[in-house]
Amino acid sequence: MVASGEKIRVQNLTVSFGGAASLKNVCLDIQSCEILSIIGPANSGKTTFLKTINRLIDSENGVKVSGSVLLDGKDIYKEYDPVFLRRKVGIIFAMPLPLPMTIFENVVYGLRRQGIKDKSTLMQSAEKALKAAYLWDEAKDRLHELAMKLSGGQQQRLCIARTLALEPDVVLFDEPCSGLDPISTAKVEEAMLKLKEKYTIVLVTNNTKQAARVGQRTAFFLMGDLIEVDSTSKMFTAPSDKRTEDYISGKFG
Amino acid sequence: MRNPFSPKVSQKAAFLLLFFATLLVIVPVGMVIVVILKNGAKAVTWEFLSQMPSAGMRAGGILPAIVGTFYLVVGAVLFALPLGLCAAIYLSEYSKENLMNRIVRLAIINLAGVPSVVFGLFGLGLFVGFFKFGASILAGSLTLGVMILPVIITSSREALGSVPKSFREVSLSLGATKLQTICYAVLPHALPGVLTGTILGVGRAAGETAPILFTVAAFYLPRLPRDIFDQAMALPYHLYVLSTQVPNVDPKVRYGTALVLLSIVLIMNLIAIMIRSYFRARKKW
Amino acid sequence: MYDSKRLKELIVEVMIKISGVASIFIVAMIFLFLLKEGIFLFKTYKPLDFLFGKSWYPISEPAEFGILPLILGSILVTLGAAVISVPLGIAAAIYIAEIAPPRLKEILKSGVELLAAIPSVVLGFIGMVTVVPWIKSTFHVSTGLTALAGSVILAFMAMPTIVSIAEDALHSVPKIYKEGAYALGATHWQTIYRVVLPAASSGIMAAVMLGIGRVVGETMAVMMVTGNSPSMPRGILYPVRTLTATVAAEMGETVQGSDHYFSLFAIGIVLFLITFAINMTADLFLHRKR
Repeated sequence: MVASGEKIRVQNLTVSFGGAASLKNVCLDIQSCEILSIIGPANSGKTTFLKTINRLIDSENGVKVSGSVLLDGKDIYKEYDPVFLRRKVGIIFAMPLPLPMTIFENVVYGLRRQGIKDKSTLMQSAEKALKAAYLWDEAKDRLHELAMKLSGGQQQRLCIARTLALEPDVVLFDEPCSGLDPISTAKVEEAMLKLKEKYTIVLVTNNTKQAARVGQRTAFFLMGDLIEVDSTSKMFTAPSDKRTEDYISGKFG
Repeated sequence: MRNPFSPKVSQKAAFLLLFFATLLVIVPVGMVIVVILKNGAKAVTWEFLSQMPSAGMRAGGILPAIVGTFYLVVGAVLFALPLGLCAAIYLSEYSKENLMNRIVRLAIINLAGVPSVVFGLFGLGLFVGFFKFGASILAGSLTLGVMILPVIITSSREALGSVPKSFREVSLSLGATKLQTICYAVLPHALPGVLTGTILGVGRAAGETAPILFTVAAFYLPRLPRDIFDQAMALPYHLYVLSTQVPNVDPKVRYGTALVLLSIVLIMNLIAIMIRSYFRARKKW
Repeated sequence: MYDSKRLKELIVEVMIKISGVASIFIVAMIFLFLLKEGIFLFKTYKPLDFLFGKSWYPISEPAEFGILPLILGSILVTLGAAVISVPLGIAAAIYIAEIAPPRLKEILKSGVELLAAIPSVVLGFIGMVTVVPWIKSTFHVSTGLTALAGSVILAFMAMPTIVSIAEDALHSVPKIYKEGAYALGATHWQTIYRVVLPAASSGIMAAVMLGIGRVVGETMAVMMVTGNSPSMPRGILYPVRTLTATVAAEMGETVQGSDHYFSLFAIGIVLFLITFAINMTADLFLHRKR
């Protein structure tokens, strides 16, 4: 894990689907081991942005990507194999999406696909990941039960655990708490803050208060454009752009 | 023309008519089963099922026909299942919405509509003639396999399509390749549908006569087939010849053959229906 | 990053892609093989004589290969089957889709599936032992092996196709249409024939066409109940011969490479083209949504 320095650099990124652009000329850099919050109203391209970073966008119909995204200085399209990239850049989706298998199998899914079969290795990784996601205590006696039986908040933490099991460098969160109650939300936020020590985190959220709580820097997207990005404290007290101010104060969105 | 009856009365009359029409469609199924059962049950003894025929096919058992049908059906599935499943995977997971996709779908619809006797001609021309397999289990199985291919492709494709899209996204995001995603995140959950389609294909292959008329079927073959290049008897063909070309057959024997064939086919379909509803109820997502 | 594992995956993916387009290849091959053999007939026999000739005497000297009686036989039997199966099938589809309570609906749908599953040779056999004698005694004809018998049996083979596709079409009419009608005070039945049926009409057309396509292609059942008289059909109470039955019945007796042999493949070409046309048209109807 690199302690400091630039982790991701986005340059002139334009992403369009069949002619309509979801992201226009976005330029942004993300530092190692920071939490970057991304806020903005619906359809601003925030999810598209996340999915581009780990190239999950590739499987969408009719997608065109131009510009570049550099991870550790290397272009994710030209110098990375997408499978390898996705192990380095994990993603947590808005709805908890456990696969219909046991808790254990969910956590080790990615590891198994890499060819790791040894039971003790898998168990060790699973325990480490579940602890980092603050789920170990609740799950350790239920590892071989179906993941679907967990509550919503637990399922979301399971999704975090299975991403962490791959030991990525970057973890992307796409509105991870949108379906969760306040207590589960608090647990997920707590996990995020602890993760910051080792991982680079990008958090997309519709909840401006959450962005303020968790992120060190915040970026504001509007209709596919990156309007501004700055330290969170400055964004929320004295934003440079009028549109940012309007959004944060609730005038729209 | 003004309707002299009130809407409510019209509705009652209409619904009654429709109900009777539906009965007319469904009841014959029951009648067919009952007639065959009644007349054929006495003939279906263990000897009937396990012995070779005698007296020029008029008596004895129908073992070679049962065995022949079994080989043909197994062969057909061995050909059609891998090919059909891969085709369904291609259509569901790899192909995009373009002209090629449309043409493939049209080809499948057409394949499904080709008359069974035309499959027979095709099998005769390609497998018996061109590949020089001769009238054989191999030729017959391949012909039947081509015939049930659309059934397997269509049901497999439906099964794959019913797996939620999110499973694929999650799997990819965890660093799995596309093929791994298909094998570990999609296919296991599509298996019941694939199984149902295969069983339906089996039922279809077991009952078809025209495709095997020129490609494998023999009538008087009082021994079991030696290998896949050998001819074989088959239940549907046996029933056909027994009914139309052999005089002085005890009707019991005819009904018995029909009963065995019908039972095999209906049981296959019932199993498929039951598997389908069982898994539909048990869906874990 | 391309190791042996990735190479294996690539090979599997290529195989999948080939399988995907295999069906196009197979359909083309079927047509080509029919053409390959059938076309030889036309070296010595004029196509027009083939299609419109009134005499099918393949074993006489000189042989005559006019398939008009066979075409008319097929048409007669098919028309008869359509007259029976189309109204009944659509009626049953309406009942199952709109009126039947859920449990009954499941049973009826399974019943239709089972009807579809009955092998044609079994239906032909049943036809021989029930319908044919019944026609003979009811209509006082010399034999019950008639076009009518064929129509009756084939109707039951077409009905499951018609019922299930029409039922799908009715089922997929958006609820909003029906709710709008109810809101205006229509009864259920009025809603069905004023709103639902018209909305599902293209799907129902497709169902009828596919049912008819199934009937045209039927072989064994017709062979067993329509008698085998390849002369110009005289009426529904007379024996006829269809295109399909001709191929099935006579192929066993031909010499490979003879004109008779080629003529049967030529009939195969005609059958292929007819069902191809029906299927393409039906597909157009199915995709012509509002």
